[in-house]
Parts: sequence; C-alpha cells; structure tokens
Amino acid sequence: MAVEHPVTAPSGDQTRIHNIGYRSYDGPRLGRAYATRSLYSQSLRGAYGLGRSVKSKVLPMLLFVVMCVPAAIMVAVAVATKADELPVDYTRYAIIMQAVISLYVASQAPQSVSRDLRFKTVPLYFSRPIETADYVRAKFAALASALFVLTAAPLLVLYIGALLAKLDFADQTKGFAQGLVSVALLSLLFAGLGLVIASVTPRRGFGIAAVIAVLTISYGAVSTLQAIADAQNSTGSIPWIGLFSPVTLIDGVQSAFLGSTSAFPGGIGPSNGEGVVYVLVVLGLIAASYGLLMRRYRRVGL
Amino acid sequence: MACVTNFDDVTVIATESLSKRFPRVTALDRLSVDVGPGVTGLVGANGAGKSTLIKILLGLSPATEGRAEVLGLDVASKGADIRERVGYMPEHDCLPPDVSATEFVVHMARMSGLPPTAARERTADTLRHVGLYEERYRPIGGYSTGMKQRVKLAQALVHDPQLVFLDEPTNGLDPVGRDEMLGLIRRIHTDFGISVLVTSHLLGELERTCDHVVVVDGGKLLRSSSTTDFTQTTTTLAIEVTDTDDHPDGTRAVREALQARGVDVLDGNSGLPGAGHVLLLTAQGEDTYDVVRDVVADLGLGLVRMEQRRHHISEVFTDGDATNDQQRKEAVGHGS
Repeated sequence: MAVEHPVTAPSGDQTRIHNIGYRSYDGPRLGRAYATRSLYSQSLRGAYGLGRSVKSKVLPMLLFVVMCVPAAIMVAVAVATKADELPVDYTRYAIIMQAVISLYVASQAPQSVSRDLRFKTVPLYFSRPIETADYVRAKFAALASALFVLTAAPLLVLYIGALLAKLDFADQTKGFAQGLVSVALLSLLFAGLGLVIASVTPRRGFGIAAVIAVLTISYGAVSTLQAIADAQNSTGSIPWIGLFSPVTLIDGVQSAFLGSTSAFPGGIGPSNGEGVVYVLVVLGLIAASYGLLMRRYRRVGL
Repeated sequence: MACVTNFDDVTVIATESLSKRFPRVTALDRLSVDVGPGVTGLVGANGAGKSTLIKILLGLSPATEGRAEVLGLDVASKGADIRERVGYMPEHDCLPPDVSATEFVVHMARMSGLPPTAARERTADTLRHVGLYEERYRPIGGYSTGMKQRVKLAQALVHDPQLVFLDEPTNGLDPVGRDEMLGLIRRIHTDFGISVLVTSHLLGELERTCDHVVVVDGGKLLRSSSTTDFTQTTTTLAIEVTDTDDHPDGTRAVREALQARGVDVLDGNSGLPGAGHVLLLTAQGEDTYDVVRDVVADLGLGLVRMEQRRHHISEVFTDGDATNDQQRKEAVGHGS
C-alpha cells in the first residue's frame, strides 16, 4: 500500500500535493555513531540556546559576550599603548573570569541533563539504537565543547590582537597554546562536575544552585583559607589547600606546568612534585565524573 | 497453558518461557507467546508485567531466564538492531514543553539514524498522518493531552519502523480522543503496514482495534487468541423485540421459545433503559444468530435490535485457569 516515493525531491514541500498516502522509508539508517553525533551537536547548540526559545538564548549569549569583552578591551589597550606584552597571560584569563565560567556551567549543565530527566525524555533515547555510554559521552563532550568555546574564544581574541599589535610571534603562540591546554582541561573538569551534580536532580533550580555552590563557594572557601595560611606564614600548606576547589586546581596545574604565575596568595604555586598531584587529581575527577554519570544513567530505564 | 497461535507464518514477536524476577517480585513468569503481524493487544491490570515485557523486547533489560525474539532478532544480543526497527511510545509524559513538535520529532528521527533531510521530511509526513497541522510549530507545552499523545505517537513512527510498541496510548483521553486514537492505531497497520503491539488495561477498547489479544496477569499468560475467536465464542447478544396482539409480552415469549430450543438466556439488563425488555444471551458462534432470527420470525414479532455486548475482561479470567481468583477480580474492575 505504501506508495514508493524515495525522498529525493530536494525541497518544494509547498508545491507538493498534500494528502498523499503513507510513504515508507527506504533510505539509509545511519545507526548508533550518527545518532550519538546528532545528540552531541544538538546538545552543543542547545548550550548556546540555538534551536531553543529566544529566552534560553539570552543568558549563554550574554555570558559569552561578557567573556570576550574584557579581552577585546585589553587588546585595544595593548595596541593603543604599543605595549610590548599583553596585560594578562593567556593562562590567567580564565582564572580571572572564573565567576562567569561557573555561572555558565551552572546554567547550562542542568539544561543539558535535568530537562531530559524532568520531562522523562531519557526513555525515548534509550528506546533507540544508542546506549547509555553513548548518551553520557555525547552530553559530556557537548558541554565540554561549549565550555571550550566559551573559554577559548577570548584567548583567540587576545592572540589575534597580540599579532595585530606586532608582539613577538613565538612568545605569543607559545602562550596561546599553553592557554588552550589549560582551558581544555578546565572545560573537561567543569563539564564533568557540572553534569554529575545536575544529573542527580531533575529540578533545574536545585541543579543551578548546587553547581554554583560547588564551583564558586569552594573557590571562595579555598581562597580564604589560603589567605589565612599566608597571613600565618604557613606557606607550605597553601598548595595543598588549593586541591579542594576546581578553579585552584586548574590554577595549580598551569602554574606548575604551563608557565603561568599562580593566583595563590603570595604567588606561590605548587612545585613540580605537587603539580603532579594536581594533574592526577584533575584527571581523576574527570574520570570519576564520567564513571558517576555512567552509573547514574544505567539506572534510568524506561 | 501456552496457547500459541500463529495466524501467519511470519512471527513478529516470539517469547519462550520468558521470566523476569526482581528481588521481591516476579514480573514475568515463564511467558511463552507468539505474535504475528497486525495489531496485537496486550491486556492486563497495572503491574501485570506489560511494561516489563516491552522493556525486555526492546533489549533494555535482560530476562532472568528464557528467550525472546523481535522481528527474528534475539533481544539479548541484537538490542540495538531491534531498536532501530522498532518504535516505542511510552505510557508516561515524555515531551519537553519548550520545543515545537516539529523540532522534537526531527531530533528523535535523527536519534533513530535518519539523515537530516530525511528526518525533516519524515517528520512533516508523520505529524500530518497523526493529525497535527499548524500547531506543530508551536511549543508542545501548550498542547492538549490528545495532541501530546499524537506527538508521542509521531516520534514512535517517524523512522518508519516495522513494529511499534504503544504503552497505554489511550490513557488520559476523553471518549472522543480515545476513539480517534484507536482509529489511528488501526490505520498504523492497515495504511502504514506497521505491526502494532498495544497495551491497555481495558479489554473492551482493544477488542475493537486488535486482530489478536494477549492477556497477561501476574506475569503469566492467561490467554492468547485472535479477536474473532473471542467474539465467536464468548459474545453476549442483546436482543429486544416488539409486542404484538398475539404475544402481549413479546420478550417473555421469545425467552421461552429460545429456552425451548436450548439457548441460554440471561436476565435482562435492569440497569439500562428499556430494562425488562432486553434479553441477553450467549452467542455460540454463527448458529445462535440464525436461531434468534427464526424464533422471532416464527412468533411474528418485530426485532428491534440485536447487538453484541462488549463482554468483560472477567470472562477471560473465568476461562483461564483457576488460581489467584481474587487478584483477578481486581483487574476485572477496570473492564469496560
């Protein structure tokens, strides 16, 4: 009964006569990997509100602009004053803007996973070829990519500006590369933490509050403790305290290995030995986030 | 007990002593059933094991023992292949309110592996087939329950599956919406050529829609037979006749004449209009209709009506084996 009309007509839906009978589909079915990629791109676009309502575009776009504007100003200043270096290191930029990044994670991690849980859309995904791991990987990769876009874009602005200001090419390229490695690590870490926290609750509000608490409050607490330790001259404990907040973790890694000056009080970053611990903790947290997400979604059936 | 009925050589779903035990409950207990193409109803009270069965058939939950095949693919090893060819409409709400039906169904089509262009074309087609037109561009949050059910159905059909599982598709619909949904389900098979497994706790509504009905209770197969079997063997007929001068009480005259010819006549249904004038009798196949016709004609009465009464799920249960009677009565309460 099905009238065979392979879907060849490129467009022209308007000109076609409607009320044709049911047409069966004989075209290709691209399977699991394609579905996972589709979920990835849909989630990545969704993280900037693309393909969603106007209202949901406002915050991510605004934060994106807020991230880039200071970079543009710095570049303008550097070009105008003919400075011989940029006002901030590439690696320092994300640390300075950490509040904006945290806000972005807090708003977009819940929208990425809590919505599917809250509206019970997850079963529809799992009734299709993709598996739990595909879903988790797509969501993780999408949020990490979105964060990378958010954090790498201002670095790109700085880099282009630096080249326009005719700063030393080799120096700038090295700094830019180090900055990219740093924000890549940051993106993975923040995405993992944000998704794990958000996936626990189907309530978006709770998710946002919890992510902000973990990212920002922990940073505030750690910074305060470090300042106290610095005031009491127990500088040896400063790097160890820094292990307890995501922002200071990234700061520690890059000051140990990526030639960054630390934002820790007194500018005392972790030594190389301590830096190894930092790297291990960061990688461990990323892996643990992935593992926890897998466990979380294994229990979500139909 | 396993009444396996093949009404075609092709088998869409086959299970063989399929069991699913959770620490405290047995959701499925050695269920063996074969389902052919067409529309098949899966009937049972809430908690009878319908959803568990669907989960296993989609390859999402391993069976404790036994095996099952869907479209000839083993559920334990070919889950992903099965899910590519099968559609699933869940019982619960599953739609995000802030996107339009079109966007949502396109996304779901791509999740089933359809390339972007095909996904958009199939979405437009499918939404039209389930009866969503201009409203498909508006956010789903503003839809009525009936429209949401159509979107749920559309996402299950958009990739042109060979088989769809519809879990309680008429839940929450008003009588008109219910009839429309049942008509749509019928069309999925007759017009689209897609086999359907539809669950319900109402046997009555499935009878009208399905070619075949499988009744489960407490994870066990109670009965599996084609709908025509049901109606031929257990249909209740309601008849009403006029009175004439010769027979001032036509109803009684017919009853006596029928009893004389060995047809069981039940008491008239006192709850309905025209109580006392309606005779209920159990039709034993085609012959009964002829007997009634002859009796009424012989008496010279007018036959006002002769109709099939939808019988209750209880009759299935009393036909089945005699354990757990009390539990079944509870299920019966839901019968139409």
